[in-house]
Amino acid sequence: MAGREDWWYDEAAGPLVRPYAMVRGRTRPLRPELHLVTQVRAMPSPADPDALSVEHLEIMELCRRPLSVAEVAAYLDVPLVVVKVLLSDLIQRGDVVIRDPSRVPQVPDRNLLQAVLDGVRGI
Amino acid sequence: MVSVESERPGGELLVPTPVKIVIAGGFGTGKTTMVNAVSEIPPLHTEELLTEAGVGVDDVLGLEQKETTTVALDFGRITINPEVVLYLFGTPGQNRFWFMWDELAYGAIGAVILVDTRRLDSSFPSIDFFERRGIPFIIAVNCFEGAHLYEVEEVRRALDVEKGIPLVLCDARDRESAKTVLVNLIQHTMDRLDAMA
Ligand SMILES: Nc1nc2c(ncn2[C@@H]2O[C@H](COP(=O)(O)OP(=O)(O)O)[C@@H](O)[C@H]2O)c(=O)[nH]1
Ligand SMILES: [Mg+2]
Repeated sequence: MAGREDWWYDEAAGPLVRPYAMVRGRTRPLRPELHLVTQVRAMPSPADPDALSVEHLEIMELCRRPLSVAEVAAYLDVPLVVVKVLLSDLIQRGDVVIRDPSRVPQVPDRNLLQAVLDGVRGI
Repeated sequence: MVSVESERPGGELLVPTPVKIVIAGGFGTGKTTMVNAVSEIPPLHTEELLTEAGVGVDDVLGLEQKETTTVALDFGRITINPEVVLYLFGTPGQNRFWFMWDELAYGAIGAVILVDTRRLDSSFPSIDFFERRGIPFIIAVNCFEGAHLYEVEEVRRALDVEKGIPLVLCDARDRESAKTVLVNLIQHTMDRLDAMA
């Protein structure tokens, strides 16, 4: 994939400029439920589109079907932490809904495992 | 693409339950190859930014001059049904990024640890990691040239994994073979669950 390395170590602009700019230099807490596979789905339309950045709107468009945080980062071609910042904003605004992975890794639901087993056998 | 129903009865948006399997093992053992073999989409690639202290907005985005590094992740996807989606994540090449390993392991139903018999030791850190966290795992011996020279029990002894851990032979390039590995892992996770009940 071209471009990934070159923007990051963009000598003219200096490192970290693009992600910093994308979150507009503001730092705010990340939502703790945003893991790699947390599913994100956009509401049919944002409550106040004028308040959103181009990147927020891009996420809203991508997540018309449910996608994981990692997929959103891959499709936008930005680091995970940047996507987590943008998603935290959207969650806060009520523009996306999410589902995070099981909180109890040692004891996954047996029916869920059976569904995964059947699904993998069927591919 | 599998169609996804847009709404549950009552108008609530349907958001699938995510399930994750980690593909671990030493560098060059075939992790990316295995993800590619079974993923329904061309494998995706993303990066996390890390500082020595870990990761976070304050650490990474707020302090432009601070030394940061990126960890690359490969992953694939298998849509199980409209309500369940499975992700396969390869572990990053650099074992030193343990923070990333914790995030990869979080909520995982299990791990496949790929082994190359020519360099068994390269997979030791992966085995230790999943053993210590009590996450179910199986060993998959990727059959590069020369793998046939070893007996399964010989590999098991060399890796020092207990009898209860399944050890299977595979070709990470082959979709059916990779599928069989995943099936073995999920069954092992279910067996472990039943044993605890
Ligand atoms: N002969 C053979 N080569 C393989 C097999 N699996 C992977 N390879 C090759 O081994 C190299 C390393 O594989 P890769 O998936 O990138 O390893 P990773 O570092 O664990 O992600 C690649 O050149 C693959 O094409 C296999 O089952 N048999
Ligand atoms: Mg790889």
